[in-house]
This record gives sequence, structure tokens and C-alpha cells, in this order.
Amino acid sequence: MIAGATVVDRAWAVLRTVPDPELPTVSLCDLGIVRDVLSHADGGVEVVITPTYSGCPATSVIEGSVHDALQAAGIAIARVTTRRAPAWSSDWISETGRRALHEAGIVPPGPAATAAEQPIRLHRRIDALACPLCGSPRTERLSAFGATPCKALHRCLACREPFEAFKAI
Amino acid sequence: MSAGSESGVAASQRPPVAPAVHYVLRYADTCLVHAQRLGEWCGHAPVLEEDIALANLALDLLGQARSLLTRAGEIEGHGRDENRLAYWRDEHEFFNLTLAELPLRRPSGQAAGGDFADTVVRNLLLSCWLHEAWRGLQSSCDDDLAAIAAKAVKESRYHREHAAGWVVRLGDGSDESHRRMAAALDRAWPYTAEMFARDTVEAVAEAGGLGPARDTLRTAWLAAVRPVLAEATLAMPEETPFVSTGSAGVHSEHLGYLLAEMQVLQRRHPGGRW
Repeated sequence: MIAGATVVDRAWAVLRTVPDPELPTVSLCDLGIVRDVLSHADGGVEVVITPTYSGCPATSVIEGSVHDALQAAGIAIARVTTRRAPAWSSDWISETGRRALHEAGIVPPGPAATAAEQPIRLHRRIDALACPLCGSPRTERLSAFGATPCKALHRCLACREPFEAFKAI
Repeated sequence: MSAGSESGVAASQRPPVAPAVHYVLRYADTCLVHAQRLGEWCGHAPVLEEDIALANLALDLLGQARSLLTRAGEIEGHGRDENRLAYWRDEHEFFNLTLAELPLRRPSGQAAGGDFADTVVRNLLLSCWLHEAWRGLQSSCDDDLAAIAAKAVKESRYHREHAAGWVVRLGDGSDESHRRMAAALDRAWPYTAEMFARDTVEAVAEAGGLGPARDTLRTAWLAAVRPVLAEATLAMPEETPFVSTGSAGVHSEHLGYLLAEMQVLQRRHPGGRW
């Protein structure tokens, strides 16, 4: 740790190492879940998080991980607060996060839909992603809903392997 | 029977809910009850991918319901939190659309709700309706409600797409799947009138800037649903004079059974946690 680093800097450094419970190769910061770290007059820090999905069961686990990590680093924590607005977007995932997703075999998300309303896209019109295993563009989406709320299920028609893609949201 | 003639002790002791709370509970309860019905599919859906998808939809809806119940309790100001509202209200105090509470997963394909087509159709009708509601609620004068809606609208976009994909696949599928989809659409359609029925609760919410009156959602809803049905080669059913009344607290016979299953643990072991 750099001498003279503030408690907020130290807290950020710790939080950059805290993994997401459902995507353990990506940190909470790289996913864009940690929005802010504020220092309080009593010396404690307040961590502001924005959950990814309304019903994400990892949200309470994330709060716990933040608490535990800061406590283990000797940083007094005032509280973890949830900020709803603006809503979390997959556009907030950092370049490091995107690389980590790719390395884990999960296709990183494309740009999230703009606020402008679009008609319902039917299944057959959804763009095929390149297979993260063999690189073939001959893939198809099986379902927009995978093992976690944030991922969709795809399969490669060339190497026949299934793969996951992080949803743009 | 009207809501006023209910004789439950809880109803007589508690003053009627304020229009703003009633309005928020309509959406909260529709999400909660729809989530509970979809959750019944967990481990039972026709294919594994769809089992996972229905559980995911239910999870999003449950998250939306929790946020809305919490906010409804705060607006009410009587100290009721999400758990109190979900587990300790009786049937007539729930304000979900009747369509959300009708059974799914009946053992016989002959019974209403016994066909997977009923689930597919309901998902399209409700996800398109909720999507338009979230869009409107994003500009609510209530900042929390606007934030909940801004989050939910991103999720309902996926819900709509998913439902539409199944409606097209089965509607424009085999003769048998088309026939069953058409029958399911006929069963569900009469319950859509409630989605756009204007009443005092809606008018008060609209006037106060809390959210859109639901009758104003109809044009956009039809614009979303119509092309999907057309692509699915399904005819849009005729309108009927029937208007269901779940959002006024007067429900079908099915909600009580759903609540009994959902609430039994908290009522048997009040405050129980795990």
C-alpha cells in the first residue's frame, strides 16, 4: 500500500479484489456494481452498490463480501448502501472485466439498448455471436435465460459446444 | 360479491388503503403472484432450457415485487415492510390482475391452465403490459418508483422477447400446437380487459403524477402484441364485456390456494428466518 493513501483509496484497492459471487473471475468493481466509496466523519467508509438485476439472489451475498473484505483489511465500514438510479447497465463492465469474462468462456455483452423504445425482436432475428471456443460465427441463441439472470445460453453449430453470453442490459 | 361485503376481521379493523398505496400494490401484487405461478414450473417445465427461463422470469418478477412492496409500505407509513405485505395480507387485500392468479400446470390438458400454451400466452400478455407500465412509471413523481421502473423496464424487454419467441414458435408450429395456442389465447383474452380498466385509483395516480392510468397503456400494448400474434398466425380474439376485478381485491377462487401455499410458513412460524 502506498504511504499516505486515504482510507477511500485503500477501500477501492480492497474492493477491486472482491469477486462477484456468481462470476468469480470478475471483481465487483469491474462489473460496475460498486459505484462509490465515501468516507464518513467517524473514520468509517460507506460503499454504494447498484445491483445488476431486480431479483439477483447474489445481492445480499455481495453486501456480505464487501463487509468481510473491508473488515479483513482493517478498514472500518459504516455501511453498504444500495443505489437504484441510474439502473445498472452492462455498459459499466470495465475492459478488464470483459477480458475476464472472455477468458472464462463467457461472451462479453455488446452495447446495451438505448433508451429509445424498440419493437420486440423475435428469436430468429437475433445476431449470432462468435463462438468463444472455436471462433466460428455459426452459432445460435438457445435461450435468453441461463444459469444466472445475467447470462444467456447459446450453442455453436460448428464445434457443437454450448456457451454462455453476458446479456446486454 | 363486492369487496365491501367481505367480513374478515383483518378487513374490518384496517382502514381501506389510500389510492396511492393501492396503485403501487396493483403492480407489486401482479408481479408477486405472476412470479409465484411461474415458480410452480421450477423442475417441471417441458424442456430444461425453459425450466431455467421460467425460473429466471419468476426471479426478476419477485425482485420487482419486493422493491414495489417495500415502497408501497413506505408510502402507506404504517410500518408494513415487504414481508408483512407479502405474507400477512388476505386475499381481498391483494390487488393483482386476475389473469396473474389463474392456475397453470394443472394435471390435465383439458383443464384451463393445464396446457403449456396457457403459460406461453400469459407471459406475452403480461410481459407486454408490464413493459408499458414500467415505461410510464419511469417518469413517476416518486423517485423510488421511477428508479424501480427504470430497472424493471430493461428486464421486461427480455421477458417480452422470450414470450414472443414461444408464441411464434408454437402458434406458427404444427397444426396441433397452433390449435392449442389459439385455444389458450381465447381463454386468456377476456382477462385482458382488466389491464386497461380505468377507475378512481388509476385517475388519482395519473392526476398526482404517481404513474400512468392503465387505460393509457392500451395503444402501445396492442402495438406490441398484434405483430407477434400476426407472425404466429394467431387471430386476435374478439373483445367481451367481461372485466375481471382482482385489482379491486375481488378475486377468482384460485388466489386463496396460491396464498395459502405461499404464506403458510410465515404464518405458522411468524418471523421465521433461514
